[in-house]
Amino acid sequence: MSGRVGGLGPRARLTALAVVLLVAFLGAGGYVWQARQELSAVGATATGAPTRDDLTVVRDVPHLVFRNTALGADYGRVAMVPLSAPAGPRAVTDAACERVYATRDEAICLSADRGLLTTYRARLLGPDWSVRRDLPLVGTPSRARLSPNGSLVATTTFVFGDSYANPGQFSTRTVISRTSGAVLGDVERFPLVVDGAEVTAVDKNLWGVTFADDDRFYATAASGGKTWLVEGSLAARRVTALREDAECPSLSPDRTRIAFKKHGDLPPGRWRLAVYDLATGAETLLAETRSVDDQVEWLDDTRIIYALPRGGAGTATSDIWSSPADGRGAPELLVSDAWSPAVVR
Amino acid sequence: MYVTLRDRPDDAGTSRARLAVRRVSATVVLLGTVSLLTDVSSEMVASVLPLYLTAVVGLSPIAYGFLDGVYQGVSALVRIAGGYVGDRGQRPKWVAVTGYAASALSRLAMLPAAGFAAITAVVTVDRLGKGLRTAPRDALIAAASQPDVLGRAFGVHRALDTLGAAIGPLVAFALLAAVPGSYGSIFVVSFAFAVAGVAVLVLLVPDLPTAAGAARATLREVFSEIAGRGLRRPLLAAALLGLLTIGDGFLYLLLQERDDFTARYFPLLYVGTNVAYLALAVPLGLLADRVGRGRVLVAGHLALLGAYLLAALPSSGVGGTLAVLLLLGTFYAATDGVLAALVSRLVAARARGSGIAAAQTTVALARFAASVLFGLFWSIQGPRPALLLFAALLAVAVPIAAWLLRGIDRPTPATLPGTRPGGVPA
Repeated sequence: MSGRVGGLGPRARLTALAVVLLVAFLGAGGYVWQARQELSAVGATATGAPTRDDLTVVRDVPHLVFRNTALGADYGRVAMVPLSAPAGPRAVTDAACERVYATRDEAICLSADRGLLTTYRARLLGPDWSVRRDLPLVGTPSRARLSPNGSLVATTTFVFGDSYANPGQFSTRTVISRTSGAVLGDVERFPLVVDGAEVTAVDKNLWGVTFADDDRFYATAASGGKTWLVEGSLAARRVTALREDAECPSLSPDRTRIAFKKHGDLPPGRWRLAVYDLATGAETLLAETRSVDDQVEWLDDTRIIYALPRGGAGTATSDIWSSPADGRGAPELLVSDAWSPAVVR
Repeated sequence: MYVTLRDRPDDAGTSRARLAVRRVSATVVLLGTVSLLTDVSSEMVASVLPLYLTAVVGLSPIAYGFLDGVYQGVSALVRIAGGYVGDRGQRPKWVAVTGYAASALSRLAMLPAAGFAAITAVVTVDRLGKGLRTAPRDALIAAASQPDVLGRAFGVHRALDTLGAAIGPLVAFALLAAVPGSYGSIFVVSFAFAVAGVAVLVLLVPDLPTAAGAARATLREVFSEIAGRGLRRPLLAAALLGLLTIGDGFLYLLLQERDDFTARYFPLLYVGTNVAYLALAVPLGLLADRVGRGRVLVAGHLALLGAYLLAALPSSGVGGTLAVLLLLGTFYAATDGVLAALVSRLVAARARGSGIAAAQTTVALARFAASVLFGLFWSIQGPRPALLLFAALLAVAVPIAAWLLRGIDRPTPATLPGTRPGGVPA
């Protein structure tokens, strides 16, 4: 090469390049190596959270099922704590799930097969956390719910890959199946009725199912930048809007109220938790002011629980918080290092 | 100043692909290597960003998509500025270095960034860097290449660029498999690749003046060059075709709605298109040099038309899906580098960066408008009618574009100071 770059000769330039490459990749390699060392150090000492071995004891009392996010060997495994001692030691199962939901007799587990191409599966687990049945699942898991008596299961996935680079585009698929295996269908295909008129727009999405019984359910419907809380019936195969601006509903145990996240006039990507009274239509904002992007769960008829990522960069840790459903009081930490809570009464 | 590896007369036995690379300037291969390393870096982060935002930062992916459209517009404007500054200083290399360095630093800034605002700010810096560097880099490719091999030069560059885009996600997922949950590792390794790219650019790529000896172009001269007769018809054709080029995300969405197989392997749709693009970038660049860049550019839109029609079919199975990806890859291979090659021959060397930037910005803005319009039709009429409408309009637009671009590959020597007359080789 005849040209001189920055006043250096060819040999000096190649040497400089070699030095830069060496420093860059040794530095990056060192960082990765250290991250790996820290991870295995955490795994070896398992300081994440105290555990207990009596799985069946916990399973037989009212308990909370969640995804354990304490760093260590049990990261990502399903764990349980008795409702009487949520902050105490946790019983960790062998099942690894991205999202989990459970009733007394079974659990729905959305898990990832990581590889060059990450694929996800939905599995029904029995009381001993062994796989009972594989359910059809397409896309990236987002929400999972079982009906109160455990006969129906709903899963929501994002099907538009990992990229939302084109404005206004995302697509969900929400499938309701019988836990016996029969697929009842994609509820997005059900007619959506808003103010007496059917919404036929094709950008319609429906997600975040919560079951009332073996037929009725609530969910979020969206079209043209709006969201609605909808009530649906599997027998009638239709969903009807109850109110606007409500996402990821969750029905209270006494079936009188629905907790949800509302966008209101917050900046994009932020939500506020609220409770809607089905009889009066009254809305109560909760004391939690942090943005919650989760389908909340009811701890009992007076408190709701939800997962929040813990602050700080690079951490994949989250905690479960509780807030009074009447809008008073303040949020309290319920279980640390946990995600995707389900209450089994 | 050219650093060319020309084929010797006794090289008759070498394969055509090898020949193609050999006749391309070493500077082009080096710039391709810079793009490869930078694309490994950016695609590493891009492929895990939605996962990172939702799983670690705790944001909804929709929020990210919402702002993305805004950045596209900002990036387009910065692109023109980058082209102009590169022309004005006649040292496009250093403008490109600034752009690449900004993107590299943004990787490191991802480490402490937490929260929506900080991350979007970092992503914006990355986009601005990309906008800034594209036109001066393409001007360097044009300056380092003989006019009759411009098509293959851009083809070689885009093939290397796409190869980097394919490797990036693999590196990211390999890292996540080795150190689960350590997004910090991804950002740091991504930064290392970006630094390597900048180092190759700074240390090895010669600081080619785009118009040696010529007077510095004033803003007025650059403007008259862009708005002048030479570029008017190609810009018009690019805008017309761009207005009917919908984002390939829409096509993928249609494909994945047709059958569950495609939905399950959704991320592979991008890979499929990239593989086709990678394989065809050099051959179609060669073809463009031989039969005319305007013709290949227009014919590429016929491949796009084919992709629209095939995607609008109710279902055509896995074979149909693969055919759509092949057609999309063909479309990109026949248009992206070819447009830069076409335009760089039509403007004076001292305004080349601005000319390329003007064409690329025209295409980017037109395609953005197309996606918004198509999204509107999609929500009113449904995906298939909307796609068939765009296919019909494209079928009308292609002959018009062909008419606008007629004879464009044989410009009169007088309008091309500093370039060799003659145009298309036999």
